[in-house]
Amino acid sequence: MAEVLVLVDHVDGAVRKPTLELLTLARRIGDPVAVALGSGAEATAGVLGEHGAVKVLTSDAPEFADYLVVPKVDALQAAFDAVSPAAVLVVSSAEGKEIAARLALRIGSGIITDATDLEAGDEGPVATQAVFAASYTTKSRVSKGVPVITVKPNSAPVEPAAAAGAVEALTVSFGESATGTKVVSRTARESTGRPELTEAAIVVSGGRGVNGAENFPLIEALADSLGAAVGASRAAVDAGWYPHTSQVGQTGKSVSPQLYIASGISGAIQHRAGMQTSKTIVAINKDAEAPIFELVDYGVIGDLFTVVPQLTDEINTRKG
Amino acid sequence: MSLRIVVCVKYVPDATGDRRFADDLTLDREDVDGLLSELDEYAVEQALQIADEADDAEITVVTVGPEDAKDALRKALSMGADKAVHVEDDDLHGTDVMGTSLVLAKAVEKTGYDLVICGMASTDGVMGVLPALLAERLGVPQVTLLSEVSVNDGVVTGRRDGDTATEQLEASLPAVVSVTDQSGEARYPSFKGIMAAKKKPVESLDLEDLELDADEVGLAGAWTAVDSATERPARTAGTIVKDEGEGGKQLAEFLAGQKFI
Repeated sequence: MAEVLVLVDHVDGAVRKPTLELLTLARRIGDPVAVALGSGAEATAGVLGEHGAVKVLTSDAPEFADYLVVPKVDALQAAFDAVSPAAVLVVSSAEGKEIAARLALRIGSGIITDATDLEAGDEGPVATQAVFAASYTTKSRVSKGVPVITVKPNSAPVEPAAAAGAVEALTVSFGESATGTKVVSRTARESTGRPELTEAAIVVSGGRGVNGAENFPLIEALADSLGAAVGASRAAVDAGWYPHTSQVGQTGKSVSPQLYIASGISGAIQHRAGMQTSKTIVAINKDAEAPIFELVDYGVIGDLFTVVPQLTDEINTRKG
Repeated sequence: MSLRIVVCVKYVPDATGDRRFADDLTLDREDVDGLLSELDEYAVEQALQIADEADDAEITVVTVGPEDAKDALRKALSMGADKAVHVEDDDLHGTDVMGTSLVLAKAVEKTGYDLVICGMASTDGVMGVLPALLAERLGVPQVTLLSEVSVNDGVVTGRRDGDTATEQLEASLPAVVSVTDQSGEARYPSFKGIMAAKKKPVESLDLEDLELDADEVGLAGAWTAVDSATERPARTAGTIVKDEGEGGKQLAEFLAGQKFI
């Protein structure tokens, strides 16, 4: 069976969930061979093996942390040359997409980004994408070279599948361009203790209607009652009420959780682009005409300052 | 020495309008109003600010697109860019991101550059990979997705807010930069700017001018193929209740019924 390269997204050896989803998709096409780079690379092998990786190619050269993007492209290319895979899968993060694109160009392959599903097809893997603010669904494939495809988080279930997960050292020789952009300093984002926005099964978002940073704890309390991530609309972020890293929408994160709760968000196209593919959508808004109500499975027309705390209390009571 | 800044911009269908596919599954550009991609306005803005700080700078704005794409160039010129380059050729119809990056790389090289600035993504394709591809093709550093950027003594520095960390980046010019919508609000063109833009030079180039062959670009030259595009079915109408004092509890009941609680 053909091998499929999967670039591992991890933090110091802790594999992030979207990579395990990639392994599920990779197994539909072939035998997953993982590529783990940077500090803690070898530590990823255990969990990767449990989810279907037959091999884990590792390199912990300091270049991956010290310079932007290109060292990882060099390494992925080295893995590509060593394995001759049938496809290359990468998580659709900002960095993942940049790595994938540069690799695709180097190996003379087409690239598909932000796939939401992947199936084997007669002419190679077929990728599903949601386009034009998720108003269309397309099926595409790479028509030249070995398909390079980036996949959005939450696009596939995590499925245990025992495989060898054998660690092999990857030899990487860095090109001249690898050291072009220096990472002078890196400040890890402070953990909120909540799930990652793009990976969360439930997202609770606040918008203009939240009316101030001082009111966001209401949204956070609801999120915490459900074990959810917190999101914000562009209006709330532009007003400085919540950090940009939590922005859901066209210029922020695109999320596809099981449940999306929009509070005080009108549902402008910019926001819809980032959440329209959520499985169940719920909204609370005092404006009955708000376009968000066109999307909802359940909507409450009302003041979020009374509805949200009541909902939070009720959830906490039911959880006992 | 003058700092040569090239800003790459895209003319896109208005996202608030009804965006569609044409029969060949390319973007329908005929029946939809277009404009300068909002995310490219931030690139123009940062170019203007960097040029202000430099002793001497010239900003050239470049686009690849049909005749109407001149509107996007005019907008950038009215914001304050100095001149424009429009790559236009019938054979470009259906070009994918690989082809577009090739055409832009040729156009940027022909124009001459110290610093290329792009937006973080287009508002139609939204791939966000063109700046990285451009850097790969030009063989210069990529300093992308910056929320803050500055240029001093031939070095570009900036802040990149990633998923798990914030990074301070640094590279020597020439380089390719992309900026996010957090980099600073874009200015509105002034009346004076709009009038001045009408007299600013717009150079038209075709594939031959860039020494490119038709089969390297266009739909046939694309490295990806769209097999189908289906309009997403409208979501089935949900239940909407008016809060009469029990709205939160009703919502909890719905969530419990869906097994979320």
